[in-house]
Amino acid sequence: MAQQVFKRPESLKDNVFHYCPGCGHSIIHRLLAEVIDELGIREKTVGVPPAGCAVLAYNYLDVDMGEAPHGRAIAVATGIKRCRPDLVVFTYQGDGDLAAIGTAETVHAANRGECLTVIFVNNGVYGMTGGQMAPTTLPGQKTTTTPGGRMALRDGHPLDLSRMLALAAGSVYIERTAVTSPKHIIKTKKAIRKAFKVQMDGQGFALVEILSACPTNWKETPIEACKRVEQVVATQYPLGILKDATHEPTADNP
Amino acid sequence: MKKGFIKIDSQRCKGCGLCVSVCPKGRIRIAEALNLKGYHPAEFQEDEMDKKGRCNACTLCALICPDVAIEVFRE
Repeated sequence: MAQQVFKRPESLKDNVFHYCPGCGHSIIHRLLAEVIDELGIREKTVGVPPAGCAVLAYNYLDVDMGEAPHGRAIAVATGIKRCRPDLVVFTYQGDGDLAAIGTAETVHAANRGECLTVIFVNNGVYGMTGGQMAPTTLPGQKTTTTPGGRMALRDGHPLDLSRMLALAAGSVYIERTAVTSPKHIIKTKKAIRKAFKVQMDGQGFALVEILSACPTNWKETPIEACKRVEQVVATQYPLGILKDATHEPTADNP
Repeated sequence: MKKGFIKIDSQRCKGCGLCVSVCPKGRIRIAEALNLKGYHPAEFQEDEMDKKGRCNACTLCALICPDVAIEVFRE
């Protein structure tokens, strides 16, 4: 009798993803659904998707979702969490959403130590609008708005927002991972799980930055794009834990 | 030795080829036929034997599949 050792998580709806072939978003959606299933929090989880490719995340994740204006996901999530502290609230944002237009909300929410879980998907371009330069675009990278490659003196340096947030006093757990190989995918799932646990224990702001490939806008095959993340992007944005101020809850310090 | 097999939903698959690149046994290939969306989906080669051996249900293909198109079974 054959035993099924890998199946679709229950919190993932049966819809076919609209993402391009080889996109990291759908892997991250699956990991989120698996973590929500394993923690048994499907009925009390609220997600806030971004503007960007993942704007339709509510078509795939079978939890309550509330859409936010571009960049404002963390602000909306703050409102939800403060009104209903019993809920588990996460935001799912790309680099254009979180690191460009939403910088103010993000930095201040981390500084206040809002009890949220933030999934930050970094693929270095504005994917949905056709591959324009994002703050996280690497130096020399060609995009539709930097056809000759990004020049730091003209277009600015790549913004490492996770490192900025790690300096904020209120942030508790910040890790950078990737979804480009099975090894990294397993690490990413552990990081997402920990980020949810940090929130459920009421410890504070948790963010997981996930380096993801955008084969369509990088104009590479999915396999080339995954190699590029590991060999090129990960040198600019090193993988690993940027901040871990989690503590075991005690009676006087819950 | 553990034996396994996978089922690939050819209508979900977009033919990105990531599963082909991670399979340690080389058991997956891209099909010549098209699916309804016009992609060449991945297909599992169960019966063809070569030096690397049969599928052992390691689940690497399912872990990396962006479209959750792969189910893995262990016998």
